[in-house]
Amino acid sequence: MKISHAKIDVLQEIGNIGLGNAATSLAHLLQARVDIKVPRAMFLGLEEAIELIGGLEKPVICVNLHVGGEISSTILYLFEQSDACALVDLLMGRPVGTTTGMDEMGYSAVMEIGNILTGSFIGAIATMTGLRLVPSVPVLAHDMLGALFAASVAASGYTEDQVLCIQTSFTGSQVNDGVDSHFIMLPEVESLDRLFTALGLSVDDGC
Amino acid sequence: MGVLRLEPNLLRITFSVEETLEIHVGIAEYRVARSPQCLLTLGLGSCVGVVLYDPVLRVGGLAHVMLPDSKQFRVGGKPAKFADLGVEFLARDLQRAGCSVGRMMAKLAGGAQMFFGNVRASQMAVGERNVEAVRSVLHEMRIPIVAEDVGGTTGRTISLDTTDGRLTVRTLGRAIRVI
Repeated sequence: MKISHAKIDVLQEIGNIGLGNAATSLAHLLQARVDIKVPRAMFLGLEEAIELIGGLEKPVICVNLHVGGEISSTILYLFEQSDACALVDLLMGRPVGTTTGMDEMGYSAVMEIGNILTGSFIGAIATMTGLRLVPSVPVLAHDMLGALFAASVAASGYTEDQVLCIQTSFTGSQVNDGVDSHFIMLPEVESLDRLFTALGLSVDDGC
Repeated sequence: MGVLRLEPNLLRITFSVEETLEIHVGIAEYRVARSPQCLLTLGLGSCVGVVLYDPVLRVGGLAHVMLPDSKQFRVGGKPAKFADLGVEFLARDLQRAGCSVGRMMAKLAGGAQMFFGNVRASQMAVGERNVEAVRSVLHEMRIPIVAEDVGGTTGRTISLDTTDGRLTVRTLGRAIRVI
């Protein structure tokens, strides 16, 4: 499995455009400023990817969506509990700090945010490439990062030792409390050729 | 003469430094250890931790398997990623360490359903299918499963104490269990 540096750059740029769109939606929804870091696309071992995000046993809330259609991919949004609570408060228009623990209501609010972000993310990519992309209904879990990441990778059918991962974090600057989250996209490598072709890049010239 | 007497001691010191007490087994990896070492794997979700233990030699092995069947995929890379190959390689390495298959006992942990919501069928089944696959390979090898902590909806961190074969299972927000 090989992807040239040029193609990694293209994936990063696509991540940038899609996430820019997603961050704008989130900012509108929360009536707050939302910043994103420049996404990085990389091939990583599973454990390297997990270490990068926070370690195998770190408790996180994870929204998992599958994107089907002409490119298959798994998208994960990861929040720490305190950040998810702040996000729920922002969404409900309450002062940050009102919500202190996650319940059914909180989880479905976080899932809905995952839906909205993914919708605008793939909307931008679909417009740019003309490809048909279909998001699935999100699923959620609140547990150890390692358990959730490995389960997501296993369920997506990845069998390589290394995963292609487009990763970034969102930061919201609402009053004095920010909301941090990680975005992870795990594209199915076999379907990337369709993406590169749609963008006018030749598949096999190693560009 | 003085130098000759010192040398064995130096060798022994070097050797004991290399023997770590706690050995970490990564995702899709497997390791063998002997008493008094511990084998540890963190954050099992739909993955299954398979323990094989020989109580006579007090040698144990731990594999962290991710997927049920290597035959469905182009195989390459780490064998312990798959239940079928992982258990086979683990048993082979234990035999190389002097263990006999007839004495081996197995313990399993993991295979949870981590996500809730409108879960797709394929995702629903991974943990369950991993557990089934491990059970069936062990059955074929006639290795008895003496304890299990599988299924459910929570991630697990497990640690095997090779001095007595006890397996400690930790989950977030629940009491530690020993099986």
